[in-house]
Parts: sequence; C-alpha cells; structure tokens
Amino acid sequence: MPIKSLQSRSHLLSSTQAQLQWLENGIFKPGGLPSFAAKVNDYQNTPLRPRTLEILQLNLGYMCNQVCTHCHVDAGPDRKEMMSEATLEKALDLIRKTSIKTLDLTGGAPEMHPYFLEFVTQAAQLGIQDLIVRSNLTILLANKKYADLPEFFKTHNVHIVSSLPFYKKEKTDRQRGSGVFLKSIEALKRLNAVGYGKPNTNLKLDLVYNPSGAFLPGNQKSLELEFKKALKTDFDIDFNQLFTITNMPISRYLDFLIASENYDEYMESLVEAFNPAALDKVMCTNTLSVRWDGYLYDCDFNQMLDLKVNHLLQHIDDFSAVDLLNREICVSQHCYGCTAGSGSSCQGSVV
Amino acid sequence: MSRPYYQSQDLKKFKNITDWSPELGTKFFEYYNSVFQEGALSSREKSLIALAVAHSVQCPYCIDAYTQDGLQRGIERNEMMEAVHVAAAIRGGASLVHGVQMMEVYDKRSM
Ligand code: SF4
Ligand code: SF4
Repeated sequence: MPIKSLQSRSHLLSSTQAQLQWLENGIFKPGGLPSFAAKVNDYQNTPLRPRTLEILQLNLGYMCNQVCTHCHVDAGPDRKEMMSEATLEKALDLIRKTSIKTLDLTGGAPEMHPYFLEFVTQAAQLGIQDLIVRSNLTILLANKKYADLPEFFKTHNVHIVSSLPFYKKEKTDRQRGSGVFLKSIEALKRLNAVGYGKPNTNLKLDLVYNPSGAFLPGNQKSLELEFKKALKTDFDIDFNQLFTITNMPISRYLDFLIASENYDEYMESLVEAFNPAALDKVMCTNTLSVRWDGYLYDCDFNQMLDLKVNHLLQHIDDFSAVDLLNREICVSQHCYGCTAGSGSSCQGSVV
Repeated sequence: MSRPYYQSQDLKKFKNITDWSPELGTKFFEYYNSVFQEGALSSREKSLIALAVAHSVQCPYCIDAYTQDGLQRGIERNEMMEAVHVAAAIRGGASLVHGVQMMEVYDKRSM
C-alpha cells in the first residue's frame, strides 16, 4: 500500500487532466462503450440537472491521518489544503439563507481542521435537520486532543458516518492501513459508550462499506445484516445503518484499477450494471459540494476531478441557490459509479 | 491465430442461448434465478455451493462468476478455499470410493 498521496509522489494521476483522459478515452473512445452523457440521453432525453438543493457538502480539507489505497480524495497527512475561516463563515451564511436540510462535513479527516469544533458548534445552532460528520474513526484515537470528540458530537447531536470496509481485520487493514481495523473498533466502542448507534438514542452512527478491490458492492441489506451480526458477536458493537458505496474510478482507486489491469473490466461492469432507476436519485440532483477554496461542484467526485459547476457562479462568494439550480451537471464516465446496480451515493444505495 | 476456446467475454453471451430456443432458454433462466433466491439456504450459502460445484465441473465461467459474486457478498478467501476443498474432497472421494469396486473384482478373480 502506498504510504503517500499521489500528489506527494508527483504521480501522473495526481493531475485531474490525466484522470479525465482515462475516463474519456480508451474503452470509451467513439465506437467503444457509450459515454455516460449518451446513456443519460437514451433514457431521459435531457442532460442531468439538479432538482433541488437539500444537501450542502463541505470538504474542509484534504489532510488525513490515513492514506487509504482507494481514497478518491488523494488525502493524506501531507495534504495541506484547508478551508479558510472566511469560507467557513460564508458557508454558515449560506445555510442561514437557504433551506438546506443536511450539512455534510467531509475531508480528508474533517476533525483535523483547526476550526472544526468552533464551526460545528455554530452550525449546530442553525436548525439543520441532519448535521453529518464523515469520520474515519481512527482520528478519534490519533491524538489526545481528539479524545473528547464522542462527547462533543453527542452534545451537538452530530450524525456520524464512518468508513469500515469490512468487519474483519485483514481486508480492512489492506485497504486502510495496518492497525486501522482494531483502532476503528476501539473508536466505535467509544462512540457506543456515549450512546451512538444504541437503540433508543437519537445519536446516529452509520457505517460505510466499500468493496476492497475491483468489484461492485453486494446487496446493502444483506451486508448490513452480516456487519451487524459480526460486529455484535465479535466486539459487542452497535450501529444504525450500513451504506454500501461503489468505488469511483478516480484518484487512487483509478490508479489501483490501472496498475492491477482491472480498469477496462471494472468500467465495463459499471456500464453493464447501469440502472436507469438510480438516475433521478444520484447525489448531484440535490447536493452541492464546496472545495476548501470555496469553489462549487456538483458532488465530491467532480470536485476531485476539478469539474466545477457548469454555471457563471462557481464560487461560494457568488452563491445563489435559485440561479445555481439552473445548470447542467458536469458528467464523465466516473458517473457510472453512481448508477451501477442499486446505485451509490454518500447515503449508500439509492434504489 | 485461432480464438481461445474459452474467453471470459463469452459469459456475457450466455443469455443468447435463448435466441435459438426461446421457450427452453427462458425457462432455464427463470429456474436459475429462482434457485439462487433466499430460501431454506441463504443466498450466501448457495453462492458457496455454486463455487464448489463450479470447481467440480471445472467451468471457467462459473469460477469467475462465483468468485466475483463471493467478493460482492463479503465472502472471504478462506471460506471460498474451504468450499473448493469440499469439491475436491467429494471429487477425490468419488474416485477413491470406486477402489472398493476394484478390490471386489480383484479379490473375486484372484485365487
Ligand atoms: S478514504 Fe477517508 S480516511 Fe482514507 S485517506 Fe481518504 S479521506 Fe482519509
Ligand atoms: S459522479 Fe457526481 S456528477 Fe456524476 S452522477 Fe455521481 S453525483 Fe452526479
């Protein structure tokens, strides 16, 4: 497993151009597999557009204490990009002025942001229905200063969504780094201890499963049952829901696909599993994603490919909810990841 | 160069068998899908049985398909390998148990 981000290795695929080249050419060249845009057009005759704005996803920065092999963010300890205080203020303002229901904080490890506590405290007072922190779990044990986070999350009724690629050590550690599994288990126990994931509390703890390799996730309900059974029996851990997420062919996962010679077959399987029913439920139809520097994207994946919203207003400084609804979503072949099988979103499968 | 006899791409054409015999093809695939539904056995158990049988009949398509199916279901490699050993044990055992026939004939014919 790599110990550094693609960026710090000056890897070719750290360039978004190089990634888009892969997604636009090769098996998707004219005469090959259909482009996502063409597929969308086959089914609905119009390009993909947002329906509404319900979820604001803020990527607080790309710094992370882990360097997972599949990371679509290319996050790691060496990444220094961080959202500025001014942009965080803008985001709070935006929430006040719109009817956003969900604020979704992600990274990297969002907890590593220097103003994380302040920001969450303020955001929690804005009456958002669902305040999500995407926590990688191990961060809770990474440093003494994070030890109080479970209590802090509880105080502000934060909804925790955490990655745990498998309920066993081997697969988890291969994807997320050695020792990650046992640390994640310890973190889950601490979250359980303050009430997260426990029946009869409103403290939601959801887990995210993503396949450890070049294959699609299985049925979300079946996997959830197995995770629940195994985590309960082996570690007495409780959680609420399991979200299955399809790995997106970008950044480090794209690098894995290419290096392991799985790229063509993986993309074929995504195209083959295209499910039109997932189309009107893909994330970008109700979400906006904000990059650390304030630029706006249709989703976190487009952010990583630097496909900014296809609109004159591309920055949080110029934000206008109504105007931004009037745009076409930027798509490329990675989008097949959102429509394969039961679909995939930050809230798991969609159909 | 001649085309390899088995090609992984061919699995995708499996459904085409229906073209030359729509009724039987359709019945087969309906039956096939019903077999793998949750029942007295879980789909997960059925997937492992399929993997074992695939090895027993040495069908490259089924080996591919049910290894991937197992990955998707979160079946682990030690579980898959144990299933393959079940196939090997039964196959090996099936050969070996015929040793009884050999012994019968041998003994009967010998003085
Ligand atoms: S997948 Fe999550 S935890 Fe892993 S490196 Fe990326 S941001 Fe960090
Ligand atoms: S990758 Fe982003 S833009 Fe493409 S379908 Fe998924 S959510 Fe929409």
